[in-house]
Amino acid sequence: MKNLFKLFSIIILIITSNSNSFAAEKVEYLKTDWSFKGLFGKFDRASLQRGYQVYTEVCASCHSMKYLSYRNLAEPGGPEFSEAQAKAIAASFEVTDGPNSDGEMFTRPGKLSDKFVMPYDNVKAAQAANGGAYPPDMSVLVKARGGGVDYIYSLLQGYEEAPSNVSLDDGVYYNKYMYGNKIRMAAPLSDGLVEYGDGTNATVEQMSKDVTTFLMWSAEPHLESRHQMGFKAIVYLIILTVLVYFSMKRIWSRVESEV
Amino acid sequence: MSDHDYRPKSKVGQWFNDRLPLLTLANHLTDYPTPKNLNYWWTFGGILTFCLITQIVTGLTLAMHYIAHADMAFESVEHIMRDVNYGWLIRYIHANGASMFFLAVYIHIFRSLFYGSYKAPREIIWIIGIIIYLLMMAAAFMGYVLPWGQMSFWGATVITNLFSAIPLVGEGIVTWLWGGYSVDNPTLTRFFTLHYLIPFLILGLVVLHIWALHVPGNNNPVGIDIKKPSKDTVPFHPYIVIKDGFALLMFMIVFAFFVFYAPNILGHADNYIEANPMVTPAHIVPEWYLLPFYAILRSVPDKLLGVVAMLSAILILAVLPWLDTSKIRSAVFRPLYKQFYWILVADVLILGYVGAMPAEGLYLLIARVATAYYFLHFLVILPVLGFKEKTLPVPLSIAEPVLGGSPNLAAARNKESKIE
Repeated sequence: MKNLFKLFSIIILIITSNSNSFAAEKVEYLKTDWSFKGLFGKFDRASLQRGYQVYTEVCASCHSMKYLSYRNLAEPGGPEFSEAQAKAIAASFEVTDGPNSDGEMFTRPGKLSDKFVMPYDNVKAAQAANGGAYPPDMSVLVKARGGGVDYIYSLLQGYEEAPSNVSLDDGVYYNKYMYGNKIRMAAPLSDGLVEYGDGTNATVEQMSKDVTTFLMWSAEPHLESRHQMGFKAIVYLIILTVLVYFSMKRIWSRVESEV
Repeated sequence: MSDHDYRPKSKVGQWFNDRLPLLTLANHLTDYPTPKNLNYWWTFGGILTFCLITQIVTGLTLAMHYIAHADMAFESVEHIMRDVNYGWLIRYIHANGASMFFLAVYIHIFRSLFYGSYKAPREIIWIIGIIIYLLMMAAAFMGYVLPWGQMSFWGATVITNLFSAIPLVGEGIVTWLWGGYSVDNPTLTRFFTLHYLIPFLILGLVVLHIWALHVPGNNNPVGIDIKKPSKDTVPFHPYIVIKDGFALLMFMIVFAFFVFYAPNILGHADNYIEANPMVTPAHIVPEWYLLPFYAILRSVPDKLLGVVAMLSAILILAVLPWLDTSKIRSAVFRPLYKQFYWILVADVLILGYVGAMPAEGLYLLIARVATAYYFLHFLVILPVLGFKEKTLPVPLSIAEPVLGGSPNLAAARNKESKIE
């Protein structure tokens, strides 16, 4: 048994030393309490709904969300809009469909099964409209950035006056959390930019938190069931391990040897 | 599988067994005499079998939903993560399973190094093991390319470009590997095919690995030859089965922690950005389990020699049974080797660490020293140590060190002085 503990402490040592080695750039990100972290972490439903509002009213004019469908908004573990609400959200978007029997493309109101409507037809159009910078797709953005949610949360609040020794081109802004500090996106949030239906005060901090929560869900839509299943799986494994340990002791008691 | 006069009890069993001796095989596997002093480092063989089967089963399931096409691969992975029932679970098990597989294989290899399991008469087991390890690296590398993220694409570009270091034919080989003039759709489809094929090659080699093991039987922590069966051995079933099972469950708890609570910690964030040939990531790093060899590659200033050094670092293991001149297997009785062993472990961990860092300044210097030491260990220290080292008295049987104060001790000393 003693050896076993040694073994697992070495495993953990190796793993932590390796994962630390990836955190190459050391920037202190802003911290906040994320409800979805930890063994039982779940999304804050109201925050997800507010986050969707921020996304759709602010981000969506430039950033696509191409792997999400409107039906996802009503699915368990997400913002959990009612089906009627999700249908209404979908219907508020014009979707290009077709070709019809005349061979023509046509537009119709969105349905639950439609993917989120993209702000631009293609990458080139997005770049042309944004001074050559492509606003990245947001579906898995949180997982595609080293700092994850803390990075996005900080970035949204990281806009500052550039220090005097930094010169910025037109259409480039200073952000203290951005890699290289130069960002092509103007500060997207300002206090009171959206009006929350539930009366929450729409400060930049609050909106950053809500929209980041929403982005975490969009990147990991099954996070809640993963946490729930994980807890059950690990408890099950621990119980089984204990039972097998005592069976092993009993079996090995027949020979005069340690296990 | 010698000395088997097993005869099934039932008539039907006898009829079948005379034609195909599967029941004899089953009997051999359950009765297989195993040293009773095997410690938990010996449970990783079973754990590795579990890892291989897990990878094959989850991989087959993923292949039902994955689309090997440069325009659709990334999207199909997101489809698996979002819309396939428990697709996220299957993919996270497969992705983290690769890391767990390598974690287990490194422990398995270093166990062999500590207890001298590669020495006569087990050289063939060891060499098959090294081939399996090479195939694992190939499979893992190609598997990492399949999601077609930025690290997939650029990792594939960097690694396949290594072949261009070969004089004269290098460039031609790279074009042939790519199926074009850059990493593109033909590269992806062939990597998918090979990624699908290799695990079954590994499976076949695992059978040979175990077969070769069952000829001389297991080495053990004391590292001495034992009589089989004797009071030094226990039958594989139930003793080793339950012990392996217990260790496997412990391993699965660690595995489950990664899958359910930190599924992306061992991966690289850039691989959630779809492959873009126009944008090179700031740092191109392979997965953690390849980092020591990546460090060796980059520590040599010349491209060709770097590739040669990297390949030699792996292939040198294949001739290890002949580089290690000591007749004593277990490091328990080799006080000097034991220290060099731990220095080697530290050296490999350091190589892994600098492999993840940019190859410049102090990191590069450390990588060079560590690379030099790695080869020094195998090419100089091990051969010399076998002649110079004063080893400790080796017991004559496993029972002896347990019972203590054995009358065999004097005999053991005699034996040891003869070896010197």
